[in-house]
Amino acid sequence: MQKVRSFVYWEEKIARGFLWASVLVTIGALLAVIFHILQHGLVHVNWEFLTREPLFMGKEGGIFPTIVSTVYLILISLAIATPIGIMAAIQLTEYTKKGPLVKIIRFATETLAGIPSIIFGLFGFAFLVLFMGFSWSLLSGGLTLAFMVLPTIVRTSEEAIKSVPLSFREGSMALGATKWQTVWKIVLPSALPGIVTGVILSIGRVVGETAAVILTAGSSLNIPSSIMDPARSMSVHLYILAMEGISMEKAYATATVLIILIFIINSIANRIMRKMSSNLAA
Amino acid sequence: MFKNTKKLMLVFAIILAAAVAFAGCGAKKEEAPKADGEKKGLSGSITIAGSTSVQPLSEELAKAFMAKNPGVTVNVQGGGSSAGVKAANEGAAQIGASSRDLKEEEKGLGLTETKIALDGIAVVVNPKNQVSELTMEQIKGIFSGKITNWKEVGGKDAPISVVNREEGSGTRGAFEELILGKGTKFTDKALTQPSTGAVRTTVAGDENAIGYISLGTLNEEVKGVKVDGVEPTIDNVKNGSFKISRPFLYLTKGEMNEVTKAYIDFVMSEEGQKIVKEAHFIPVK
Amino acid sequence: MRKIHETIIEKLLLFSAVVAVLVVALITYFIFADGFPVMQKYGIAHFITGSDWHPLDKQFGLLPMIAGSFLVTLGALIIGVPLSVGCAIFLAEIAPKQVTRIIRPAIELLAGIPSVVYGFYGLVILVPLIRELFGGRGFSILGGSVVLAIMILPTVVNISEDAIRAVPKEYKEGSLALGATHWQTIKKVIVPSARSGILTAIVLGMGRAIGETMAVIMVVGNVATLPESILDPIRTLTGNIAIEMGYAAGEHAQALFATGIVLFVIIMILNFMVTLVPKRIGE
Repeated sequence: MQKVRSFVYWEEKIARGFLWASVLVTIGALLAVIFHILQHGLVHVNWEFLTREPLFMGKEGGIFPTIVSTVYLILISLAIATPIGIMAAIQLTEYTKKGPLVKIIRFATETLAGIPSIIFGLFGFAFLVLFMGFSWSLLSGGLTLAFMVLPTIVRTSEEAIKSVPLSFREGSMALGATKWQTVWKIVLPSALPGIVTGVILSIGRVVGETAAVILTAGSSLNIPSSIMDPARSMSVHLYILAMEGISMEKAYATATVLIILIFIINSIANRIMRKMSSNLAA
Repeated sequence: MFKNTKKLMLVFAIILAAAVAFAGCGAKKEEAPKADGEKKGLSGSITIAGSTSVQPLSEELAKAFMAKNPGVTVNVQGGGSSAGVKAANEGAAQIGASSRDLKEEEKGLGLTETKIALDGIAVVVNPKNQVSELTMEQIKGIFSGKITNWKEVGGKDAPISVVNREEGSGTRGAFEELILGKGTKFTDKALTQPSTGAVRTTVAGDENAIGYISLGTLNEEVKGVKVDGVEPTIDNVKNGSFKISRPFLYLTKGEMNEVTKAYIDFVMSEEGQKIVKEAHFIPVK
Repeated sequence: MRKIHETIIEKLLLFSAVVAVLVVALITYFIFADGFPVMQKYGIAHFITGSDWHPLDKQFGLLPMIAGSFLVTLGALIIGVPLSVGCAIFLAEIAPKQVTRIIRPAIELLAGIPSVVYGFYGLVILVPLIRELFGGRGFSILGGSVVLAIMILPTVVNISEDAIRAVPKEYKEGSLALGATHWQTIKKVIVPSARSGILTAIVLGMGRAIGETMAVIMVVGNVATLPESILDPIRTLTGNIAIEMGYAAGEHAQALFATGIVLFVIIMILNFMVTLVPKRIGE
């Protein structure tokens, strides 16, 4: 008996040890990446770096045009994906919930979510850049990114809409509102925080994408002056700085700016989510 | 499902409409800088796409040109030499940049070639490597995989790590033609890096590596070896004693528009060629 | 009047929902239209089983890239899955609430970091480290696997943790009441009950690893030959497309779209596998 017990005892110890170790390694590996980048990058990030134009392919100067381009890409892709995504989510949750069409739409959304970005890039290149004649431009890049983030927005909006209590809708309908009035005035406002979270997460995806952006938006370092101009996002700039060996300092600095940006985006999303859950609980 | 075809078409139409609307906004914006440029009388935007070796030079030239002509935007894109040829031919860019001579089948496309500079290709090794001189024959042996150890060419006993460019690269095309010649192939074992800078970084980080890069991008991170006893310098390329060199070409199709013509004239002018020299490439004039 | 209004809106909603279907159809069409003819011309077998990739000499063997994608992904799973599942169990079962509250957002933050940043880290830290520790050239399957393992950690941890938390409390209480220790309960009751969720997490992580492009290019060396050891450099399907796309013309470009088809089919099979995983044991 004693022997069995000690085996159980040791197994428990070892298991706990393994779990602790896996957490420490996971967090450690991830922190190591962040720490390394910040350690080498923070010193080079300053106001000038953020607001000046790059010189010599980015070897000197700042990253201002890439920030502008990144913002444009975010705006364009979300301006397209957000309304379509939310409307799709309303359709799937409030209007047709079952049937073959819904099944097909769901399958398509899931497929879209799983397609690697390089495939989106190839598609954007073949369809938008060449076939539609948009060339490498903010428009091609923005549309490609819109397709990429669409599933995220559909899914999070669906979840948010589903979590609105049925009694809200019943109350509204009982007062004589039409279905759309109910959706517009009652359901959407209640689901808004969840939807916003999805949109913010999509911003993160747009900011971080590289492969698809190079193939569709190009890599020009100018500040784009129209939607048909080519552009270079910050992630693409980092890739080029590092791979072309142009400047490791600037690469670290760009990576630092990216990490800080993602940190801010995530904190906002988290805050909204927390607010939402506390609102629902109340 | 057939019932939905119409709806699909409609959605498609909506996306298109949105796209056109966006494009419209963009077009309006584009007119804005015209006012500034009116004094000079030159405005518009052109795109140069192609070779990543030409890209840094094009960036500098474009910047100087834009400083002189505030109404003009010159976008410089990478993509590679073959993409440059394709872009110029299909009109995706006004100017295609190539870092190698056109191939036979490309010559039939009717593109106008403008040679804007010459560039040497330096064979580079890690600064810690004892080897600092190789013959053309040895280089051929190394890159074709016949010579695999540094001791065969006077170095220490260590395997040679060959770093190559990807197929389609102008630098690779020129190097293949000049060093390997017809019928000899690159070794399969070579690392492939997608840019000049990546090759340089790889060689800088690995004591046993060897690669080749544009002479203009040679820096202290790596060591350019003497080829047949000749140092890889701009002067030696110019006087023809350093044999591994290739042209930088700007390719245009048909009648050039005003801005494209002005830009190429600028590049070929004394001022433009001075920038070529400052960027460590070899002027053609 | 009101009715027309509502009808228009309903149509609009339906159109929006169909956009996803349309995009998938367009993607499939454009990838196949550009890639399939060349596959047919040289034979699908030539692409899938050929081991020579010399696109300018009309040699389009994708086997080294298929093997490359498969091997780095496998490596990433071997390194990443035990770690992240362990981490998920810890967060769901053992960690005090305050600890979870700190670690969870941290892991979510890491999920959002651009993949190039991970690739950059791999390039400047991992590659030289591998070269020093194990010899070889540094650019290797091992390097790619480690970078991908770090990248899939957040995905697998988050989804597995949700799955573990979703196991009904009664299961756990019942097991503990019968005298099992906490670890025995985790091993025999909780993890088996959450198995399908954990499996989904792993498959999703696998999808992310196979689909990753830029980070992998930066650390694997991109050699299009079959590797002999985990210290050998390789090239992945995604890398093949991204590296050569800019330079390709004619059949070379089409062959890259064909590479896209192969990748697309692999991902579709994975997606299909996710739908096969039962939501709960017994269903």
